[in-house]
Amino acid sequence: MSRRKSLYQLITTIVFIGLLVSSALFSRQHSFQQSGNNSLQEASALKKYGFYLTPDNAEANITFRHTPPELDKKLNKIAPQIASMGAAVSVVDFDNDGWNDLYFTNSGTGSKNALYRNLHNGKFQDVAAEVGLADLNTKGTGSSMGAIWGDYDNDGFTDMLLYKWGQPELFHNINGKKFERVTDSGLPDWINTNSAIWFDFNNDGLLDLFIGGYYKPEFKLSELNTTKIMPESFRYANNGGRNYLLLNTGNGKFKDVTVEYGLTSTKWTLAAGAADFTGDGYPELYVADDYNVDEFYINQGGKKFVEMGKQAGVGFTPKSGMNTSFGDIGNDGMLGVYTTNITEKGILIQGNNYWQPQSDKMEQPKFVNLGQLSGIENAGWSYGAQFGDLNNDGYMDLYVANGFISGKKNTSYWYDYSKVTGGNSSIIGDADNWPDMQGKSQSGYEQNKIWLNNSDGLFEDVSDETCPPATYDSRSVVVADLWNRGVLDVVVANQNNVPLIYKNHVEGGNHWVDFDLHGTASNASAVGAKVVLEWNGKKQVQIVTGGIGFSSQNQHRLHFGIGKNTKVDRVTIYWPSGRVDHIENPGIDKLHLINEKK
Amino acid sequence: MQESKIQLPLKADTLSFWTKDYFKYVPPAFLTLILLIGQLSFGILDTYLNIIASVCTAIIAELILGRLLFGVWKNPASAYISGISVGILIRSNMVWPYVVTALISIMSKYILRYKGRHLWNPSNFGVSWMLLMAPLSVAGLSIQWGSNFLPLAVIWILGLVIVNRAKRLHVTLTYVISFVVLAYVRSLITGDTFLSEVSPLTGPMYQLFVFFMITDPPTAVSTKRGRILVAILVAVVEFFLRLDSFIYAPFYALCLVGPLSKFIDMKMQAKKQVIITQPKNA
Repeated sequence: MSRRKSLYQLITTIVFIGLLVSSALFSRQHSFQQSGNNSLQEASALKKYGFYLTPDNAEANITFRHTPPELDKKLNKIAPQIASMGAAVSVVDFDNDGWNDLYFTNSGTGSKNALYRNLHNGKFQDVAAEVGLADLNTKGTGSSMGAIWGDYDNDGFTDMLLYKWGQPELFHNINGKKFERVTDSGLPDWINTNSAIWFDFNNDGLLDLFIGGYYKPEFKLSELNTTKIMPESFRYANNGGRNYLLLNTGNGKFKDVTVEYGLTSTKWTLAAGAADFTGDGYPELYVADDYNVDEFYINQGGKKFVEMGKQAGVGFTPKSGMNTSFGDIGNDGMLGVYTTNITEKGILIQGNNYWQPQSDKMEQPKFVNLGQLSGIENAGWSYGAQFGDLNNDGYMDLYVANGFISGKKNTSYWYDYSKVTGGNSSIIGDADNWPDMQGKSQSGYEQNKIWLNNSDGLFEDVSDETCPPATYDSRSVVVADLWNRGVLDVVVANQNNVPLIYKNHVEGGNHWVDFDLHGTASNASAVGAKVVLEWNGKKQVQIVTGGIGFSSQNQHRLHFGIGKNTKVDRVTIYWPSGRVDHIENPGIDKLHLINEKK
Repeated sequence: MQESKIQLPLKADTLSFWTKDYFKYVPPAFLTLILLIGQLSFGILDTYLNIIASVCTAIIAELILGRLLFGVWKNPASAYISGISVGILIRSNMVWPYVVTALISIMSKYILRYKGRHLWNPSNFGVSWMLLMAPLSVAGLSIQWGSNFLPLAVIWILGLVIVNRAKRLHVTLTYVISFVVLAYVRSLITGDTFLSEVSPLTGPMYQLFVFFMITDPPTAVSTKRGRILVAILVAVVEFFLRLDSFIYAPFYALCLVGPLSKFIDMKMQAKKQVIITQPKNA
């Protein structure tokens, strides 16, 4: 061999070894999960990041514990996997006292849901039984999966829709004192759903409903005569439950207009969110689907929905869509969509998506995925996620709930799972073919993610440093100011366990401003209203939603941190009715109650 | 994955070259067809960028290394197969793992050699390395392409026809039969249903494995009996790896058994050569 060839051989060998070593070292030196050691104490975290979350369950007197739904014995082998949802939390001020209350759903047969009324002194009291919202998981009626709140009859008090693997139920709020079941409302008899939102899709001033289907509605999961209930594919399943689009026709009546409006998909829906992305005043619908691609429905003037996921760029890659939440992470006045998926190293690296629109006014919106660039891609087996400015610095941070099944430690069901998910539909679709879980974990003992927005479009993972360690199987998450302090606290509902009530301690010096909107020409809950805040050259947009995240609903008021700035230049409110209001220099460090002018 | 045997520079008379050696382009064409069926039926490629990156990297690396180390412009068909296999078989949200895996695959052909022959199937080595050693960046294709029976049937029929034409049907069939028998044994051991144990065979990862990777001519042993034995051994090693919950067991099994078998085969062939040539020299 010539000297030159020997030299080439040597160089090639060095490069080859270098590639082998560096590719391996990269995986050894990094991790999707933080260490769980939680290195910083509160004082140092406050100094470094400006906030610290402390669990406050005992002080708040919240003792709720979630229990899983009961399943038919035929599903015993994989019961932990199927009965892995139902822990949900939503925020409401049901008695209009100006303080946020909390509603938790339970799922076990005979278990009670809890409505924690805010006592204004740091404590909460469960008044669910008193007001008629506790005993809602009785035998034969199914298991609660979540609740959303909206004033469907515009009487000034927020009503509740309870969605279940069972009979969905509408409850009318009677003057903030009690809730009455609304009968003959037009809701479906039985659904297996984990997502629903209130929104006014035709802007007629009445809140309508979207309910996403997961399992087919013909299955009662506690009494099955078949085990063929599973998805036909891990990536291309279309055998989920049907969706429902229910038009509010007034007087507590809803009309099923699903087919008429073109929402006939039977993908496995786990989350939905509505916001106007085209600038025509009508809300589009983003639907996150498990086992398939997400869907993006353009609202055509309140008359019809047209699915344009592929055209919008969000409908190409099938993942495990489990969350839809909105956030303006760059303070550019545009809402992006954050969807969660699964990341398990070496097995399934789907990554979460942050879909940034390319403009806030487009007939045909186009999105680009900034999840990876922004550093908010890989969280774990993620469920709910919410944006919120946790340190009031003027940039929206992100909290993501993680963890699927925490079974026996140091065990994993992933290998067993991969056997069937790689197989033909006739195999994966039948629960009887799935290997027995035998108490194994699957993406269990994961820590939730707290990503701090560092103002340059990049997020920093501060999960280990801004709260004590916790590795529950978290599901839905909400952000709300629980004690009217001008900060966003965090509440996480955990499957088969107690929730986490995080009190947020924020370093002083940053300012904030809140807006609580009430519609008159628009629906009374002002769902769909958009608020654009401008200060110091920045512009942040937020919207009022009737359910957002995974099986959750944030506080009704919108919270903006503005950092050290002492002045807000302008607030623009875009009401669903089409009215636009401007407020110059609104006061800071206060909540503004704003009623739409008639 | 299966490599084309072409190692010579392209002939000047391209037309004659294609007509005479056309079959050597059938495996890459078939792999492209599988890709097209998967893409058109289900959109299996999350993005075209990744597969373009892996194919281009593999071809460029092959051309450069062939020129620098062997002094020839190598036919790109083999590198094309390696590149496209990498593009299909690994999953990553980043582009660099496709580039690195393709590079490792092609470079292994030039570095990991014994008596002038490479021992590992290039993409088998590259994919196995990344799946085992770089799990934070790479996952494998362990999910199905959909439930539509037609694309599956087309792939299996065409695949069987092509491996038959390539005189490697015995390898594919031996491995498939061994897998099915051992899946049954596994089901007795684990208590899981036979269908769940045999399930992976119905997925795309195995379709690529049984038609392209395990049948690869350059890294296969020289006798039919030997190849059958190797296919059984791969299935047996995979059996034990599966009992230890290795998701990508077939890749690892081939990565372990294939080179060792080839090494032993070359040793045995060398001995035979000595025995045959000795009397003549005497």
